[in-house]
Amino acid sequence: MQSQATYNYKVVRQFTVMTVVWGIVGMLVGVIIAAQLIWPELSIVEWLSYGRLRPLHTNAVIFAFGGSALFATSYYSVQRTCHTPLFSPALAAFTFWGWQVVIVLAAVTLPLGMTSGKEYAELEWPIDILITLVWVSYALVFFGTLVKRKTSHIYVSNWFFGAFILTVALLHLVNSAESPVTFWPMKSYSAYAGVQDAMVQWWYGHNAVGFFLTAGFLGIMYYFVPKQAGRPVYSYRLSVVHFWALIFTYMWAGPHHLHYTALPDWTQSVGMIFSLILLAPSWGGMINGMMTMSGAWHKLRDDPILKFLITSLSFYGMSTFEGPMMSIKTVNALSHYTDWTIGHVHSGALGWVAMVSIGAIYYLVPRLWGKSEMYSVKLINLHFWISTIGVVLYIAAMWIAGVMQGLMWRAIDVDGTLTYSFVESVKATYPFYAVRLLGGLMFFGGMLLMAYNMMKTIAGGQAVNAPVLAVAHA
Amino acid sequence: MSDFVSGFWSPYIALMVLVSVVGCGVFLWLQGRARHAPGQTMGHVWDETLEEYNNPMPNWWRWMFYITVVFGLGYIVVYPGLGSYSGQFGWTSEGEYDKEMADADAIYGKIYKAYLKQDLKTVAASEDAQHLGAHLFLAYCAQCHGSNAKGSKGFPSLADNDWLFGGTPENIKESILNGRIGVMPPFAQLGAETVKDLAGYVRSLSGLAADPLRVQRGREAFTASGCIACHGADGSGNQAMGAPNLTDKIWLFGSSEATIMDTITQGRKSQMPAHKEFLGEAKVHLLAAYVYGLGRAQAGK
Repeated sequence: MQSQATYNYKVVRQFTVMTVVWGIVGMLVGVIIAAQLIWPELSIVEWLSYGRLRPLHTNAVIFAFGGSALFATSYYSVQRTCHTPLFSPALAAFTFWGWQVVIVLAAVTLPLGMTSGKEYAELEWPIDILITLVWVSYALVFFGTLVKRKTSHIYVSNWFFGAFILTVALLHLVNSAESPVTFWPMKSYSAYAGVQDAMVQWWYGHNAVGFFLTAGFLGIMYYFVPKQAGRPVYSYRLSVVHFWALIFTYMWAGPHHLHYTALPDWTQSVGMIFSLILLAPSWGGMINGMMTMSGAWHKLRDDPILKFLITSLSFYGMSTFEGPMMSIKTVNALSHYTDWTIGHVHSGALGWVAMVSIGAIYYLVPRLWGKSEMYSVKLINLHFWISTIGVVLYIAAMWIAGVMQGLMWRAIDVDGTLTYSFVESVKATYPFYAVRLLGGLMFFGGMLLMAYNMMKTIAGGQAVNAPVLAVAHA
Repeated sequence: MSDFVSGFWSPYIALMVLVSVVGCGVFLWLQGRARHAPGQTMGHVWDETLEEYNNPMPNWWRWMFYITVVFGLGYIVVYPGLGSYSGQFGWTSEGEYDKEMADADAIYGKIYKAYLKQDLKTVAASEDAQHLGAHLFLAYCAQCHGSNAKGSKGFPSLADNDWLFGGTPENIKESILNGRIGVMPPFAQLGAETVKDLAGYVRSLSGLAADPLRVQRGREAFTASGCIACHGADGSGNQAMGAPNLTDKIWLFGSSEATIMDTITQGRKSQMPAHKEFLGEAKVHLLAAYVYGLGRAQAGK
């Protein structure tokens, strides 16, 4: 017998809609700053200048778009895999509204130039405090739901979501430790100084990639890929090993962001070897997702949601191979500070994070609004192709530009002087900036299609909260 | 970290790193020994359809994992990684830098040293030296003085044969070697009206439009307020102290009335950094000859 209780879909619906909204906003800002690199005169006023919009772009796509996607998918899947409604609907509602306030505050303070100057942790101290409150509430809702689960075992997607929530709390608290100076304009100073500050920052920075952008999204993968493929997860053992290895190894990898700096040599070496060891644990997730498709590959032909999910895993595999390679000091000596890094980041951010989120959102929207499928499956297909081509254009342009810059910077003339001045490498990059802008515009255009498709689906449907299911026994 | 001066930390770091790397391998090995039933599920179902197969880890993946662990161990045997243990190769990043610099010096040093023995004017006349100087300029000077050496606000043009601290080859070399500091003291105490008069007078010195009445009053204030002490009675400046010539129609910070009033009211402070330690005398010698050549080329036109 199914009970009369229903899952809490309200907060899932809210985060789902905001995922698409913030995706459009964040990517639009990305398109603007990509254009500013080609036409610097587009920096019309100071609060729309590149230096202020760039952190707005990264914060909007990572924490507003990516964050909303994680909230939506984790809230949806944790209730369903625990066969119980969310713990504390009031706290869940607070996480939604609190997170939206954080985003709006970011969108106001960053253009005003208020920043702590730490990459991906630019938000100032009052916002940091609000983030902490929201995040603790998120942990209470998530783990509270796990505690009252009706199943004996915890499903694998929840391991990853749980690790992501706990670790992001730790990262945020440690890296954002700061002494407030003024409330308005918001200003604080880091609790750390010099190379320690740099090390703490990149311990944070790399684990933001590892836990926010990887573990969290692997949680999405482990729920939505088996669901959409209709197949069991390929290997329980593989998921156990790659989970523990991934969360353990990521913690050590941060120093590879500081190769050839004042960081002690031993720290750089340790960062590098753990980055290489990270390759297998990262690929474990890709393999488990890909192999889950065995026996169901034919479904890829006419299921654009699966196309998004499986393509995202391919990009995940590519960028988690590229990352360890770039952490090797001799490779890093060429790649660091070039647009190669930007290409690497976007093969992860667009190819993996955005595409797996998009696939999951297309899965969710009809189910949250009582429909059997999206308003237009054809539009999903179009969205898939336009965004795939966009990502490929983007990352190929940045790879070529990055390697070219690295080679130009180190080229030495017969008399021992540098062959090229810095500005010559900038000039040589213009064509690639144009291709990157085109790729970014295509990806952004895809998000607009998605918004239209979502609005039409919602308009033709009605919000539903599915009844809580009894636990099945195999 | 570098601040961990206590000897305690080194063994602690070494132990942590070794246990962690080896631990990855041991964990993988232990998990690989578990029994599997390929094609069978683990017997749990979540949310109607979610199940897991009891398949083993792919062998190629396990071996890839082992290889990275072994590589990691090998790497920290030969390179620094275990606290203060310096590794079998004795490699340090500082040592690598010093070696690369020494290697470069062995190859290119003689080129620079040959020019150092020559008189600056001779170097300036050499085409090879000019090519070399241009590349050095783009690497070290263009950030402030511009790729075309025409400067920007607060950074003097080096291509106009007008010199704040003198245009002889020796003056230029001194500017690059030991740097220069240019100070215009603030004269806010004169009051806005007098400052405006002075701005009018200074503009008139370069033939720019200004209210004749203000020019008249400004001329008097120029003497009375002490401007002449540095800029001279006729406003032609003093290269010994880097006081700019105000009559040459060349403006370091701008020629508008508002900008000149800013300059007088708030003063200005400019610094050319010293390059002796950073580049060494031989490279500075080439740069001085190159910059001298820029000015000469302009003067010749």
